[in-house]
Amino acid sequence: MIKINNKKLAKFLGFKAIRLLILLIVIAAISFIMIQLSPIDPVKAYLGQRIVSQQQLSIIGEYWGTNLSLGERVLGWLQTLASGSMGFSLIYRVPVTEVIVQKFTASLTLMVVSWLISGVVGFGLGIIAGAKEGSLADKAIKTYCYILQSTPTFWIGLVILMVFSVYLGWFPIGLSVPIGQLSDTVTFWQWLYRLILPAVTLSIVGIASLTMYTRDKLISVKKSDYFLFAQARGESFWGIIKNHGIRNVLLPAITIQFLSFNELFGGTILVEQVFAYPGIGQATVAAGLRSDVPLLLGIVIISTIFVFVGNLLADMIYKYVDPRLRGEDDE
Amino acid sequence: MTKLLEVNNLSISFTQYVQGLNRHDSKVISDLSIDVNENEIVAILGSSGSGKSLLAHSLLGILPYNSNVSGEIKYKGDILDQDLKEKLRGNEICLIPQSVNFLDPLMKVSEQAIGECKDEKEYNEKKLRQREIFTKYGLDESVDNLYPFELSGGMARKVLLSTALLDDPKLLIADEPTPGLDAKSVKETIEDIKNLKEHGKGVLLITHEIDVALKTADKIAVFYSGHVIEINKVGNFKNVDNLLHPYTKALITSLPKNGFNLTEGVQPLGDVSGCPYYQNCPNRMDKCENNIPNLVNHNGVFIRCFDFEEANDES
Amino acid sequence: MSELPWYNRGLFSSLNLRQKTLLTIGLTGLVLLVIFICGMMIDANLSTDFTKTMKPPSFEHIFGTDWMGRDMFLRTVKGLSLSIVIGIGASIISSIIATVLAFVASFNRVCDSAVSWLIDLFASIPHILLIMMISISLGKGAFGVIMAVAFSHWINLTRVLRAEVLQINTSEFVSLSSKFGKSKLWIAKEHILPLVLSQIFVGTLLVFPHAIMHESSVTFLGFGLSPHEPAIGIILSESMSYLAMGAWWLAFFPGVALLIVVLLFDIIGDNLKKLFDPSEANK
Repeated sequence: MIKINNKKLAKFLGFKAIRLLILLIVIAAISFIMIQLSPIDPVKAYLGQRIVSQQQLSIIGEYWGTNLSLGERVLGWLQTLASGSMGFSLIYRVPVTEVIVQKFTASLTLMVVSWLISGVVGFGLGIIAGAKEGSLADKAIKTYCYILQSTPTFWIGLVILMVFSVYLGWFPIGLSVPIGQLSDTVTFWQWLYRLILPAVTLSIVGIASLTMYTRDKLISVKKSDYFLFAQARGESFWGIIKNHGIRNVLLPAITIQFLSFNELFGGTILVEQVFAYPGIGQATVAAGLRSDVPLLLGIVIISTIFVFVGNLLADMIYKYVDPRLRGEDDE
Repeated sequence: MTKLLEVNNLSISFTQYVQGLNRHDSKVISDLSIDVNENEIVAILGSSGSGKSLLAHSLLGILPYNSNVSGEIKYKGDILDQDLKEKLRGNEICLIPQSVNFLDPLMKVSEQAIGECKDEKEYNEKKLRQREIFTKYGLDESVDNLYPFELSGGMARKVLLSTALLDDPKLLIADEPTPGLDAKSVKETIEDIKNLKEHGKGVLLITHEIDVALKTADKIAVFYSGHVIEINKVGNFKNVDNLLHPYTKALITSLPKNGFNLTEGVQPLGDVSGCPYYQNCPNRMDKCENNIPNLVNHNGVFIRCFDFEEANDES
Repeated sequence: MSELPWYNRGLFSSLNLRQKTLLTIGLTGLVLLVIFICGMMIDANLSTDFTKTMKPPSFEHIFGTDWMGRDMFLRTVKGLSLSIVIGIGASIISSIIATVLAFVASFNRVCDSAVSWLIDLFASIPHILLIMMISISLGKGAFGVIMAVAFSHWINLTRVLRAEVLQINTSEFVSLSSKFGKSKLWIAKEHILPLVLSQIFVGTLLVFPHAIMHESSVTFLGFGLSPHEPAIGIILSESMSYLAMGAWWLAFFPGVALLIVVLLFDIIGDNLKKLFDPSEANK
């Protein structure tokens, strides 16, 4: 029953695209400047341990633009970006775009799986806690969320690793791909097997904020006049929760879940590090630690787009699903 | 005439935390007594925001958890406790709510009128009945698929009324049915409510509009600062001399001037130790300052004033 | 009708909610203070004892010992006090940033949209990545981490304060003051600041737990404090190498201790908020 006005949608998306473009230019420029101001020497980072002559050094320096002013270097970087290239990764020795596509796909599975799990479980727990506010179940769920919100993601990962890999021995410690096997030859089951722990960790972390949000939202719905009226009409408690509670909480909860792409990406970086899952998070840490500037800048850009897409989807859900806003749109 | 509803000495108060987490108890309804019979419309007339809606909420068992209730409510002679309230609400006792805010903003109005159903069969029956009632109130089929925010004031009023009638209740509680409506809709609403009486139902009308109360009700209870100060037949409101309480008299005398509405915020709320009308009363006595008079029956009129309490004692 | 919450029964039943809230704040604060002072008194160069390396928890070493035979309990407390210092530094700086930006936003419409844009900009990069970038560009280490955490945590408080300042700005006494020819700076100092002070205070405290958590996270990843510092993040990242050997205590206890400190700060912040804003308590 969702009627989408194509013209409106095109206008909306066009507007968003321009915003994204401006955002990307600014982010790219700022992050580039930040790296330029850092103590990282791109020439040294590029050369690593190799020894080269003075002449070669100056050629490489020219390539990296050490003789240019900061402004010129920023412009040069933006020009490179505009041509569709993000440069060459120093660690992986392939174009940055290639690294990102490969690593991001691996991470995307991890993120999508845990995003879905945390969404469903978090919403469910929130509904139970909110409906039975003040009950034992509510207190247990609330305590769980409080504790989780105060726990660093990576430590949860460590604990899970200790319990399931070391103590119970159900899962291998680290490495997404068994040693001595090429990543292409990994079977689906092997890959899934290694996905479980990181995905569980990431889900556990994601649940807390969504649960608390859903709970608070449902409690405020319970105080609303329409909830009161449904009670006054003799509808059963869980019937009201289902018909009016979930109906009114679902949309904002989905929105919140889309707005959590920021934390999702951050969580992925930490979780991949703990479980040695070869995705974008590990690439980020490696790029940062080993001064792979092009890759690091590329990841900043891709993560910005990722977060932006989450916000965009949240916006669109409101605009096209909520009948109140849909109505306004048509006028 | 059978007594449908009987409320005796009902008091409702709230516990709240204020700045710095100090506790504060506020009394909203004090010592309220009122009866509603079959084929009768009883109006409770009080200024808006004075908490008279809470009477409706307490009859339906939907008060917030931080409220304290004392007193006795009977329905057809049985004590109306929480269990009975939960059993009766929605089928024998129905609420006609104040505004469109009482409808779920994300649910189509026909679905809301039908409400919760056990199975397909019940749904189909109710669907037919909903259509019937909507038609009766002049809501055509296009209204069925509208969301509450798309309704005009008059349409919303009719939808709200329809929701209450789907279950054929005995007692209806109409909570402020008229504010925000144009003159025509107000007139229709008054007619609709009167019509309910003709079908043998009892109606408790809660309103702050004197005009509406006078045109609709058989009996009017005047609500002042949490207390019912006078319950009189509507006929007696035509002549000031038939009214007993000085506040009611002042109210009717000044009618055209204040536009048939009770003024807001002039009544002391909460903790008065004496007669709530003491400050403004022309014939106050010393004992009125620190003693609250009881609601007494004076020749069929209920009145809360020492003048009549004594007269009754003597007789 | 409402049932009593657990803390209303037993020992504390005679206290009202206000007293209980104050007591909670006081006790929690005391615990944190004790941790902090103890940590400060511990010498960063803990004695090593190579006869007692990698010992699981015992009465002698309740958190066990590490690969150099150092007592993990002392290392943890030391690490916590370091976390608290960094947390304090970062949250104070971030609330200064937030306050300044909120007031800047209140000057005129251009400033307001500039601040909103800045908020959008900072919110568009994943937190951890932002902290990593700032830390890298400032050359890692304690200074880099404090700045990185501070510059990534001002967003929420700025949003709250901006709305609050905007509301106060439209009030009558402010417009009266400006009619009297008082400067915007004077109004900000005399009228607005006192009114938002409690919010700034609570806001700072609520940034604290996040600051500590993010500090340990980036340190864990290797972008924060240097490996020579006795930080919790370092302890935990070190423990990764010994996990496979079953040295669970190296990761478990420091993490729990960190969790408790974060929770304690959360409790203080929430209770203070309740004290200033009673509508929360009525829930």
